[in-house]
Amino acid sequence: MREVAVIGVGMNRWGELWEKSHRAIWTEAALEAVEDAGVDRVDAVYVGCMSGGLFVGQEHLGAMLAGELAMGPIPGVRVESACASGGLAFRQAYIAVASGAHDVVLASGVEKMTDVDGAAATYALSTAADQEYEGYHGVTFPGLYAMMARVHMHRYGTTRRQLADVAVKNHAHGTMNPLAQYRDPVTPEQVMESVLVADPLRVLDCSPITDGAAAVVLAPVELARRLARAPVVRVAASAHATDTIALADREDLAWLGSTARAAEQAYAQAGVGPSQLSFAEVHDCFTIAEVMVVEALGLADRGKGGEAASSGYTRLGGRVPVNASGGLKSKGHPVGATGVAQVREAVVQLRGQAGERQVRGARWGLTQNMGGTGASSVVHIFQGEGRR
Amino acid sequence: MIGTARYWREIPQRYRYEAARCTACAHVAFPPRTLCAKCRGRAFEPCTLAGEGVVETFTVIRVAPAGYADEAPYAVGLIRLTDGVRLMAQVVDCDLARLAIGDRVRVEFRRIRQDGESGILCYGYKFVPAT
Ligand SMILES: [Zn+2]
Repeated sequence: MREVAVIGVGMNRWGELWEKSHRAIWTEAALEAVEDAGVDRVDAVYVGCMSGGLFVGQEHLGAMLAGELAMGPIPGVRVESACASGGLAFRQAYIAVASGAHDVVLASGVEKMTDVDGAAATYALSTAADQEYEGYHGVTFPGLYAMMARVHMHRYGTTRRQLADVAVKNHAHGTMNPLAQYRDPVTPEQVMESVLVADPLRVLDCSPITDGAAAVVLAPVELARRLARAPVVRVAASAHATDTIALADREDLAWLGSTARAAEQAYAQAGVGPSQLSFAEVHDCFTIAEVMVVEALGLADRGKGGEAASSGYTRLGGRVPVNASGGLKSKGHPVGATGVAQVREAVVQLRGQAGERQVRGARWGLTQNMGGTGASSVVHIFQGEGRR
Repeated sequence: MIGTARYWREIPQRYRYEAARCTACAHVAFPPRTLCAKCRGRAFEPCTLAGEGVVETFTVIRVAPAGYADEAPYAVGLIRLTDGVRLMAQVVDCDLARLAIGDRVRVEFRRIRQDGESGILCYGYKFVPAT
């Protein structure tokens, strides 16, 4: 396997983009990434998208979006793994370059979620759960995470305030991200008094419905060093693991086994452990998700994920900032794009281009993207080589 | 969204509460599967799930998906049955404010919802407090 680097990144301002179509949103981010990389062609395109079918009635996105690039009859591959579609698209692109099958590859993600109403969006998202044995009983995604939250709170004493502190932290980070959907800070009281969605989770515990795209360009690290347009960011590890799709089949309802497994493999590949990370971008689709992910990544002991946010350990300026970008919570969560946007943030941080939200001295960054209630987890580790 | 054939296929589980016991390792699969998740065995015998269990966790759905809005707020939980099987179901006829982890519940056959597009009346198991 060859060493691989990320040589270009692109992302648009996320939000309710009524004036822009699915393909226009994608093309904006893709072109930005290609231009940032300074290449005149890519050999293949990977697109993460959870449900073009249910959100905009459009499938066959590999061909459609490769066509938008106007680079000829290049391969276009659509990757689906629910909310981990973007992270997995990046991983497939990484494997293509590492294996030597392709040299320069565009990895991207897109979701256009606001063309349908709230009920239709809720339904589309619910298809990531077991339709016959979870969805049939009227449970929603916030409901599934709420059940996990209740076990975590019952067993470890995680508090309602600690969940709120995750939202407060990520919104505070998001105020410094010009591309974030919600750039307003929130207080713990606002979170804890917001409308109940699925007890104990409230609307400000949940990531929003978002339109958006993100894209990055991958190439062999040797090529990246020759191009030397920006500080080289190397892909130090790529790992993927699965777990049962139905929550009822999990051994432990308060533990994200797929994330722990992928992280363990990623740390071994990169030769670093959680204590050496400069920052992490993780899948905070709900506040409880970040609490549990931080534990599965080894950034906090089991049961201490809530404390990690409340104590400032994972805040910008803390020991390991988590979601300096604002996370899904503030930046937005166009599901297929999320995993690629995490990679973009890692690259921007490791290049030292994150502006106000820059993590000082960032050298190692981790991204974790998750589908369903953790039935899929994709973990990547990146190393910044600094300016040469 | 639920077609007739798709609904009909799940009737043994939803109406008769039917599971599959692995003849090699006795693990009970609900719903039945092709391969045993514990030993990868392929031979099963049908069995009926236990009628009682405890609430391992639950939530109260306030923002319901399409087709369930009339029921909201309602509780959905993971129930650990006395035979060791865990399944997801609604917990009804209970005080939502007092429902708690560890509560004992028993199964009842109830209407789940009316499917808007196909008009199918959907039935299945729900749980009520065991007294
Ligand atoms: Zn078996």
